[in-house]
Amino acid sequence: MIEVRDLTKRYPGRTAVDGISFTVGRGEVVGFLGPNGAGKSTTMRILSSFMPATSGTVRIAGFDVFHQPDEVRRRIGYMPENNPLHIDMRVRDYLKFRARLKGLGIGRSRDRVDRVIEQCGLKDVEKRIIGQLSKGYRQRVGLADALVHEPDLIILDEPTIGLDPHQLRSVRALIKELGRQHTVLLSTHILTEVEMTCSRVLILNQGRILAADRVEDLESRFSQDGRVVAEIDATPEAIRDAFRDLPEVASIEIQAAAGSFQRVALTPRAGEDLRPLVFEQVRQQEWNLRELTRPRLSLEDIFIQLTQKNKGGGL
Amino acid sequence: MNVFLTLVRRELGAAFNSLTGYVVVAITLLLAGFGLMDIVQRLNSDRTPSPIPEIFFADGIVFWVVLILTTPVITMRTFAAEKALGTYEALMTTPVGEWQVVLAKFTGSLAFYLLSWAPLIGVLVALRQVTHQPQLLDPWAMCGVLTGIACIGSTFLSIGVFASSLTRSQIIAAMTSLLIGIGLWTISLRFSQTDTTGDRLGRLMDHLSVTHHMQDFARGVIDGRALVFHLSMTFFFLFLTQRVIEMRRWK
Repeated sequence: MIEVRDLTKRYPGRTAVDGISFTVGRGEVVGFLGPNGAGKSTTMRILSSFMPATSGTVRIAGFDVFHQPDEVRRRIGYMPENNPLHIDMRVRDYLKFRARLKGLGIGRSRDRVDRVIEQCGLKDVEKRIIGQLSKGYRQRVGLADALVHEPDLIILDEPTIGLDPHQLRSVRALIKELGRQHTVLLSTHILTEVEMTCSRVLILNQGRILAADRVEDLESRFSQDGRVVAEIDATPEAIRDAFRDLPEVASIEIQAAAGSFQRVALTPRAGEDLRPLVFEQVRQQEWNLRELTRPRLSLEDIFIQLTQKNKGGGL
Repeated sequence: MNVFLTLVRRELGAAFNSLTGYVVVAITLLLAGFGLMDIVQRLNSDRTPSPIPEIFFADGIVFWVVLILTTPVITMRTFAAEKALGTYEALMTTPVGEWQVVLAKFTGSLAFYLLSWAPLIGVLVALRQVTHQPQLLDPWAMCGVLTGIACIGSTFLSIGVFASSLTRSQIIAAMTSLLIGIGLWTISLRFSQTDTTGDRLGRLMDHLSVTHHMQDFARGVIDGRALVFHLSMTFFFLFLTQRVIEMRRWK
């Protein structure tokens, strides 16, 4: 759906995007992750053919964004940063106006506007003036606008910025819903958002891609060697005795936890999952168990690691 | 074509949904009211009064004040506000051509400008009824006046649209077009008053003088050269606008 090759965008005195390449397949939901100023918005503006690249090529659904911008624009639903809307218009009128601009006929735009109003939960506010709506509703109007011409690809630049937790939840659910039928590329600097909505993530920093992977793969790649943590109600000695002789366990750490429990951290020898083993031991010894987890690095940790590594390399 | 009309409707809608739209109409009405007072006074004092259009559009400055004040306010919004709001980005990522956008913004401004003059035309027609002197308001002179309002307005509006495309600040856009407008008017005033016999440059400047054009229009003289002049001016500034948009986009 998206093919980006060696994309570079230079502003006078600053390189915003520095030779990035990536592809996004049909039906994927891809998150663009990075701190402010990483080049996310610039990349999205180039993808939506709002501005040209300094060098490199971008093809959307096989069309070049520079040479066939209208073909590209017909196939993209783009929600720019900060979701700009004509705040003096009513919701339905605005969506109709946008549908007409995107080349839909009168009848068809009416049908599509009905559809997206329903899809985005705007039925109650369709006659209200956009300027009087809450931010959550405005965001939905922006999403409805991106959807109205049934684009193959939806590009959303920070779709959840500035929303309260309740609105956040509903907008994310909506994006997830969209991901079932469309290819979605969204940018954010909130890491949990990518975990919740995306199947794949591209981490961007200072105009370069630091990592591109499936969300799960990225986590396992950076996970802490399969370490397992359990909280067991037993004496430290008994626990040590029970696990010491197991061939799968490489090392064991025990710390006192609240109550009579001990917090046990076990590292496997060759990356196997120790959880069933621990549970088996606990059952045999008839101990009390209140927690058994394999802590994963959050994207947050991965991101910090990646960006620090990057900085270290630069020095 | 349909997309073009949609855009024009949006432009008009934006003008009527904003306070500035009503301020423009109010200014026009207020100044037209002053103009009317002037006309009534002259009709009462002069034994052989000039026809009303000449008093109003050629001798008086009401028309020029309205023109110079309102056109920047009408057009300042066109590009600058959309850029400041970010809706410009949303607009330019739809499959709409640059020329379509430029022409729609100009047409919307022109339509609003003409609408803001409509009450004044009503006033003139009413005067004609009251004075019972049809020669004071010759239909041909009236046509000339309308043509003049539209033609000279087009030039000023296209300057305004151009100024608006240069910036994201509505105030800077309005100030720029106001300055150009005042400049154009004072130069025109200066050259249409000089004795132009003989001097080539003087004659040329007289042809280009917008105040001279309006004097002709107000007498019912629709001069083809003036029409061509204003059409070319309008096209020239809209062309510049399109170039600015294209340049900004592909920079």
